[in-house]
Amino acid sequence: MTNVIGKKTGILSWLRNTPLAKAFDSWLGKIAGGFLVLLLLTAIFAPWITPFNYAAQDLMNGNAPPAWPNLLGTDQFGRDVFSRVIYGARTSLSVSVTAISISIAAGMTLGAAAGYFGGIFERVVMTVVDLTWSFPDILIALIFVAIIGPGLTSTIFAIAIAYLAQFTRLTRAQIVRLKRETFIEASINLGGKPRHILLRHLIPNAITPVIVIGMLAIGDGIVLEATLGFFGLGAQPPTPSWGAMMSSGTAQLFLSPWVIIFPGMAVAATVIAVNLFGDELIRALDIRDRIKEA
Amino acid sequence: MLLRYIFFRVLMLIPVSISISVVIFMIVHLLPGDPIDNLIRIGSSPDDRALLVTKYGLDQPLFVQYFRWLGAMFQGDFGEAIVLRRPVADLISQNLPYSLTLGAMAFAFSSIVGIILGTISATTRSALMEQFVRGFILLGSTVPGFWLALLMILFFAVQLQMFPVSGAKGWDSLVLPVLTIGFGGVALVARVTRVALMDARREDFVTLLHAKGLSSGTILFRHLMPHAMLPVVTILALRIGWILGGAVTVEFVFGRPGLGSLLIRALGQRDYPVVQGCLLMLALAVMLGTLIGDVAQAAMDPRIREAKT
Repeated sequence: MTNVIGKKTGILSWLRNTPLAKAFDSWLGKIAGGFLVLLLLTAIFAPWITPFNYAAQDLMNGNAPPAWPNLLGTDQFGRDVFSRVIYGARTSLSVSVTAISISIAAGMTLGAAAGYFGGIFERVVMTVVDLTWSFPDILIALIFVAIIGPGLTSTIFAIAIAYLAQFTRLTRAQIVRLKRETFIEASINLGGKPRHILLRHLIPNAITPVIVIGMLAIGDGIVLEATLGFFGLGAQPPTPSWGAMMSSGTAQLFLSPWVIIFPGMAVAATVIAVNLFGDELIRALDIRDRIKEA
Repeated sequence: MLLRYIFFRVLMLIPVSISISVVIFMIVHLLPGDPIDNLIRIGSSPDDRALLVTKYGLDQPLFVQYFRWLGAMFQGDFGEAIVLRRPVADLISQNLPYSLTLGAMAFAFSSIVGIILGTISATTRSALMEQFVRGFILLGSTVPGFWLALLMILFFAVQLQMFPVSGAKGWDSLVLPVLTIGFGGVALVARVTRVALMDARREDFVTLLHAKGLSSGTILFRHLMPHAMLPVVTILALRIGWILGGAVTVEFVFGRPGLGSLLIRALGQRDYPVVQGCLLMLALAVMLGTLIGDVAQAAMDPRIREAKT
């Protein structure tokens, strides 16, 4: 369907013009985005895709090299590496997405409040944020996991805390910039309450870069989850997680290197895809300058 | 002016280090579990336990413990490791050289190779080189450090048997850890150098220099490089924290002694004094790194020291 000036209308062409669809325009975007969609589907439909039960042990077939029917080999207990990598995608993705969502929610609240109200509150928040900002994320996560003990829940909170500073800074920078705009002044003069201005004007205008950076941070979160898992502080057996698989694989590093190589490849490929697609998304939304501000 | 800037910058460190020390002190006291539980022998009476609690001052109010701890710290007394039963200062001074060597080597490696790579990619301006550097940056900033370390062990230590698998004996045991930590650093430094050089080239004074008939080499080394080094120095100073973060994982994988492996071991054993000591040293290193970076920036760019004092 076309309208009077020859522009296509209808739900399909609307969909095609969303930034998310535009990120698929370039071939890099297509490959990276395609990989991520595939990964997501694999994680969702894991029970129907995996050829073996991820926890099923077959001690007679331990440390078997990649071959049919164990496409990626087996680990020391004879568990199928391919099935475990696929189930690991479930753990990694859900942990990272949950953690980053919490981090975004908390960071946006802190950053918006700091940027809007200013004063002592802003100084305190930003001092603390800058302090954590200068520390390596793995160190922050390690401290946090050590406090509340190892496990998936603490991994989620550790990741959320490690990236909190990033979202707080970004949101604050956006809010401070937006506060000077005329339409905010107009809203204040029309009698808009702080709650109304923050929720209706400032946050909706500030949210896009935060969400995109959040998407990129999901990649970092996956690496952090894998690292904690590798230290034995993340997912506990028998939960399959890419990091934990590699952790138990180090003992057999020389005997069955595939137990380490393939989960690591999964982590690396996912993070690279997330980064490439995030870049395309930033380009499609044209928000590179707004991200650089923070 | 520069001295004035340094003075205020150092002055700013005081509140920062106080808050860091409070956080480090408090966080460790929020840990679950009791170090005495690890220390006490099975079958000891509650009295023995109380004696130990008093001995380590764990029965005092928190702020008393804090000031005691801080006061002792200034005298170089980091307390006694509860599980390892040795002065924490000894443990740290024993492990610190390993971390410092590794960190310094990784830092030197990533800055030298990164700057060279970035300069090459900026000056040749070939599409192929650009793609190569882009891909390298992507890999360097995404591949998890511990996996890279394991791959290095598999390939260079097991397959080729060029370097030892683990440990810290001899210079050759440093090669793989330095390469692992440096990988991400090289990528980052190369990218920043490249962008800075490309930006600097567009400045008017460069056109003037070309018009004056200076050779491209002179322009590059005498004029462009000093101009472009500002963002590179900033990133390098920030890298100090990241190198420490990388060192924690890499020391662990390669089984090297060092602050990182000491910290991880102490975290598992809930050895408060050791954890505190390690964290304090790491925090100190991060703060020093940022300080050096800021001062270097101010020394190179008068605008910065004007703005901040």
